Amino acid sequence: MQLDAKIPEGPLAEKWDKCRFSNKLVNPANKRKYEVIIVGTGLAGASAAATLGELGYNVKSFCIQDSPRRAHSIAAQGGINAAKNYQNDGDSIFRLFYDTVKGGDFRAREANVYRLAQVANNIIDQCVAQGVPFAREYGGTLANRSFGGAQVSRTFYARGQTGQQLLLGAYTAMMRQVAAGKVKMYTRREMMDLVVVDGVAKGIICRNLITGEIEKYSAHAVVLATGGYGNVYFLSTNAMASNVTAAWRAYKRGAGFANPCYVQIHPTCIPVHGEFQSKLTLMSESLRNDGRVWVPKAKGDKRHANDIPEAERDYYLERKYPSFGNLVPRDVASRNAKQACDEGHGIGESGLGVYLDFAEAIKRDGLDVVLRKYGNLFHMYQKITDSDPTKEPMAIYPAVHYTMGGLWVDYHLMTTVPGLYATGECNFSDHGANRLGASALMQGLADGYFVLPYTIGNYLATVPPVPTNTNDPAFEAAASAVRDQTARLLKNTKEGKAGQTVDHFHKELGKIMWDDCGMARNKAGLEHALKRIPEIRAEFWDKVIVPGSGQELNQSLERAGRVADFLEFGELLALDALSREESCGGHFREESQTEENEAKRDDANFSHVAVWEYKGQGTAPVLHKEPLTFENVTPSQRSYK
Amino acid sequence: MSSKTINIIVKIWRQNGPLAKGAFEEHALKDISTDSSFLEMIDVLNEWLTIKGLEPIAFDHDCREGICGMCGAVVNGTAHGPDKETTLCQLHMRRFKNGDTIVIEPFRSQGFPIVKDLIVDRSGLDRIIQAGGYVSVNTGSPQDGNTILIPQHVAEQAMDAAACIGCGACAAACPNGTPMLFLGAKVSQFALLPQGQLEAKKRAIAMVMQMDKDGFGNCTNHRECEAVCPKGITIRNIARLNREYLKAAFTIDH
Repeated sequence: MQLDAKIPEGPLAEKWDKCRFSNKLVNPANKRKYEVIIVGTGLAGASAAATLGELGYNVKSFCIQDSPRRAHSIAAQGGINAAKNYQNDGDSIFRLFYDTVKGGDFRAREANVYRLAQVANNIIDQCVAQGVPFAREYGGTLANRSFGGAQVSRTFYARGQTGQQLLLGAYTAMMRQVAAGKVKMYTRREMMDLVVVDGVAKGIICRNLITGEIEKYSAHAVVLATGGYGNVYFLSTNAMASNVTAAWRAYKRGAGFANPCYVQIHPTCIPVHGEFQSKLTLMSESLRNDGRVWVPKAKGDKRHANDIPEAERDYYLERKYPSFGNLVPRDVASRNAKQACDEGHGIGESGLGVYLDFAEAIKRDGLDVVLRKYGNLFHMYQKITDSDPTKEPMAIYPAVHYTMGGLWVDYHLMTTVPGLYATGECNFSDHGANRLGASALMQGLADGYFVLPYTIGNYLATVPPVPTNTNDPAFEAAASAVRDQTARLLKNTKEGKAGQTVDHFHKELGKIMWDDCGMARNKAGLEHALKRIPEIRAEFWDKVIVPGSGQELNQSLERAGRVADFLEFGELLALDALSREESCGGHFREESQTEENEAKRDDANFSHVAVWEYKGQGTAPVLHKEPLTFENVTPSQRSYK
Repeated sequence: MSSKTINIIVKIWRQNGPLAKGAFEEHALKDISTDSSFLEMIDVLNEWLTIKGLEPIAFDHDCREGICGMCGAVVNGTAHGPDKETTLCQLHMRRFKNGDTIVIEPFRSQGFPIVKDLIVDRSGLDRIIQAGGYVSVNTGSPQDGNTILIPQHVAEQAMDAAACIGCGACAAACPNGTPMLFLGAKVSQFALLPQGQLEAKKRAIAMVMQMDKDGFGNCTNHRECEAVCPKGITIRNIARLNREYLKAAFTIDH
């Protein structure tokens, strides 16, 4: 596997211009002769579909839901960053770039991150032009707030529904292209495999979720915008259908998978309530601006929070990090919550929770002011937990939220399979080992609106503009492999074997992932995971119950296919975590920490992207390294004391 | 969080396809945690059905945070169930009492053919958006976002309308089966903002025409939609749609 990142030579600020100029162009009259498949209709997929349609390409767009508007980008609450410097507070493209590289703990490519910061301003303008109702100041200008510990106010927002509004902007732009006949929409389709002909991506195999039919689609290029793999943990803040299948199948067809161990665990989620819990709910991290995190000083103290006197509370973030206090970055806050619970200070019946207390803020600023800032979040919290955060502290606990790892892509967003691109959370490129708040929306839209539309032409210009078809035997071979897998999944139930449901195995896998590959990892735990995952996988194939048939709408079968892939992918995640013997960002190896229990990077040995190459079923994958070099920033040890 | 459990009976709609005959199926469920969400209660039922070798209930859901608009069913006669401004996924079992019988059926509207069990086909809503629910601006280099100032209260009103999640509960609750609240919300968002005003006339007419074409009914002010809307969209948006439509009908240049 050759890893050529194709980063243009020259000064950082000129690289993107240089790339755009040196790219080959597709003759406008020829664009209508090219077809592009885009899988996923979140921010990255919908924005790309709309833009490529506007440019004249023929787009085939696929989504798993009944409508492209429902992709999980819609759940993002906080906002989107851009270095507009509207607040005159010293922001600049370089500062946004620097914050993002530093926040990622110096494990991202400088050139990609700089480009992201450069195009971020265009995203805001584009969205405003589409009619996205961003928050405004009294004077009518766009409003900003500070977010995720940034020292400047650069986050644009639409109430607590920024992801929804940006997605609807991209969705309506795409619907306009559907009406214009440039985008053909395929809803309720799940990508089951990638078709590669002579080493080049030529199409995909889908399952029609309504009829169960296995369908073949061809194109001149394929784009995966299929999101992250957080649901490998079973419980996460991801949507129920979010899965790794498309990316995993691409990996098995030759696309390198980069840094799978980089998982972001968000500190402020609602704790698990019981064994039937199906997903976790995130509460915006803006709550930490006014909420104080604490646990009882005494171990196993089960008194009601309001009955624990001030002197018997441990405000551990304020105690350990006097200068940042409750506003330490996500990874630090999460790890400390885990530590407090591991030491027996956790709250609630499960002991897996810490308090986030607004009593002081309410006393200081008044209930009105606090409700104006957080009223909708308090309301949501109360609806789920039946507890009123203005009367007693909130209970919070970290949960899996975002995955920084993903398919390896070069500067053009192309994977190691020619003609196959990956955008948004699906790729690995911009967030290093930890993503900053309000940067996911920025990256998804940057890729789809302003990067891919320029770089994909450079590839298409080398492909003859002749109609594509699904006649190559590789299509039928892939489709028949999918049908075989379906038959295998249905086999146990057909034979009347007693067994367990798909969820049972997913929960087993999730527990191993959380315990051994979660907020803190060590060699023994990771080795345990690497031993257990194949065992669970074998048991899954032997015992899973999937009622119904393959020729109909069958949600059990859909889930079974996804879990089958998670059961393979989880192993790669653990392997990557084991081989990265350093701590960085969201990846904390207990063996690599400072005397003060902070994450300790090892730049001498691990300043690289870990890219895994598939070598066949039952054969160990091969690790390739893309070295990371820093010419414009100096990697430093993060300190929040 | 209290962790009580209740025993309930669910009467749930089963239908194997758009043309198949449907019927209610009754199941007794024991020890349902009152902290569970409504959909987690259906998960429990489905796990039980699966273990018994029976087919689980098909239902749409995705984010389970009340924002994607994928879930929805009629619970005891009300779309999204008894709680105000709450999607089905955010309804919790503490809302029910031990011994309750809960009747669950799909959204019913002329424009939403049943796919299977609780799943309906809402693609008509996408077609209404395709007819004109957008601003015709290509990706490129638009002017700076602050060039056109928008008064804060106008931006807020536009946001109120834009909050629609496209779940279709409005059409399911309406005696006429109309998604006019959905349509009114999108027309309002763009009619309020300067970016959308250029195409306001064309948009209002095209979207209403598409709604008619898809077999949806029309608004006669029952206000059932407003009562079930999980995002609190008000029928003021339908009034604005009507104004926009009338204005357009009398003044549009063909």
